[in-house]
Amino acid sequence: MNRSSTAWLFLTPALLVLGVFFLIPVLAGLLLSLTDYDIYALADIHNLRFVGLHNYWELLHRPLFWAALGHTLYFVIVGVPLSIGVSLGAALLLNSPLARARAFFRTALFAPVVTTVVAVAVIWRYLFNPKYGVVNFVLAHLGVQPVDWLGDPHWAMPMIILFAVWKNFGYNMIILLAGLQAIPAELYEAARIDGASAWRQFRHITLPSLAPILLMVGILTVAGYFQLFAEPYVITEGGPLQSTVSVLYLMYDEGFKYWNMGTASAVAFLLFVIMFGVTALMWRVGEARESLA
Amino acid sequence: MSTRTASVWINGALLIGAAVTLFPLLWMLSVSFMQPGAASSLPPPVWPAHATFHNYRELFEHAGMGRYFANSVFISTAITLLSLVCNTLAGYAFAKLRFAGREKLFAALIGGLVIPAQVAMLPLFLLLKYVGLVNTYAGVILPSTATVFGIVGIFLVRQYTRGIPDDLLEAARVDGAGELRIFVQIVLPLLKPILVTLAVLTFLTAWNDFMWPLIVLTGQQHYTLPVGLASLSREHVQDFELMMAGAVITVVPVLILFLALQRYYIRGLLLGSVKG
Repeated sequence: MNRSSTAWLFLTPALLVLGVFFLIPVLAGLLLSLTDYDIYALADIHNLRFVGLHNYWELLHRPLFWAALGHTLYFVIVGVPLSIGVSLGAALLLNSPLARARAFFRTALFAPVVTTVVAVAVIWRYLFNPKYGVVNFVLAHLGVQPVDWLGDPHWAMPMIILFAVWKNFGYNMIILLAGLQAIPAELYEAARIDGASAWRQFRHITLPSLAPILLMVGILTVAGYFQLFAEPYVITEGGPLQSTVSVLYLMYDEGFKYWNMGTASAVAFLLFVIMFGVTALMWRVGEARESLA
Repeated sequence: MSTRTASVWINGALLIGAAVTLFPLLWMLSVSFMQPGAASSLPPPVWPAHATFHNYRELFEHAGMGRYFANSVFISTAITLLSLVCNTLAGYAFAKLRFAGREKLFAALIGGLVIPAQVAMLPLFLLLKYVGLVNTYAGVILPSTATVFGIVGIFLVRQYTRGIPDDLLEAARVDGAGELRIFVQIVLPLLKPILVTLAVLTFLTAWNDFMWPLIVLTGQQHYTLPVGLASLSREHVQDFELMMAGAVITVVPVLILFLALQRYYIRGLLLGSVKG
């Protein structure tokens, strides 16, 4: 057997799986979003009609879609900088020559990343329970009135953001830590001789050296955070007053609760387009700044 | 600031950080051994007054948790094995076998990474419904093999395989070894570290995966732990002790696996992140 035919033989399982269970469904999803596929079409495919861009048009005129997009953007815009900030802070601490028991701290800080969202979300609900939760108990001792964290529309999304930061910051922390360790020690050495303060060293050596990694981490985190679903599904069930319904939550409800598969597909594609636009923009801006520096 | 003060600040901050990340997990463990209703009191108890396995027994005997556990083990293992086979073969082909259109096909695959898996979920559900795979193990396993670590897995194996010197493979070819034998006898043993890494990453991701199993598993008999726990938590909102025991059963296996194979996991994470 020659090398080329071996290659195709080796590629077949992966390409078959990716083709049948990813590529074809994605293309079919695009078609599906142009139809009125609903519970009647599910029962009898003859009820299916081609409706062009009607689903998209209808969604763009629906307050719930904009609300879901707003909640998702809130989660991304507040959650991503907060997550990366905490990741960077933790990485800097771990990278300090003064830090002790580094292996232990690294593992401890990373532990939430490997846990199951659903399970830790269940813990979260207990900790923030308005009546028996430890958070309100501690706050009461500090003289703060009990807050219905997950039942108040103003607090529910901040709680979910806090949860996501706790759960995810360890991932980027590891990547940023590797980035910090790759910065040559001579750079700091030279800066110290020049009498640069710790803050100036951070500002003029650490940050510029980390810039490419921060950009990549930022893009990946934005893409991940746009896909918010399990957290509101378990912690708040989209409530209170739909204040934590994300775009994917809307897709799930439309598609698998009301069986409006056409509309749900349109939601999925709109999310994809928005995600792609935002991450591409970040990439462009990042590259432009890189070439200026 | 003296070195000593700085050291106190830095280690103090690390200690607080570790407390914040570990506290919810440790408390979950403690509450899971409390008697029913014990956690619904003030001040919130930190330690079980009368430790009991009652919640665990309840979950395994009456809530089907044993079944969900077995389902999770089976589904995650199957996804891991299947994607290991697919990704290793494909990653090796992209790294070491020459064929027309290799770079273009690889670039197309990497381009596919920008498409979120959820875009495929609705048609995938309909596809599986028409072939009768909704609410089956295969209905979770096959699509997850594609989405959980499909393209990234191929990428990781390709990166790692490129480090194997071509001379080694050429020498075997000169000696008359066939392509299959070269792969099995020379390449596979060298790939062991990356295969362990990939296996850990895939297994943990498959175990924790929620949205697709939630969609495709419509009956309790096939539920995985996360789907089963989410469903239980909607029925038992105030049964904190029971829910904490459920969370322990779901989380502890992956935490143990992670602690045991941490080195491999972290390496995979770093390898995967340099793709940018």
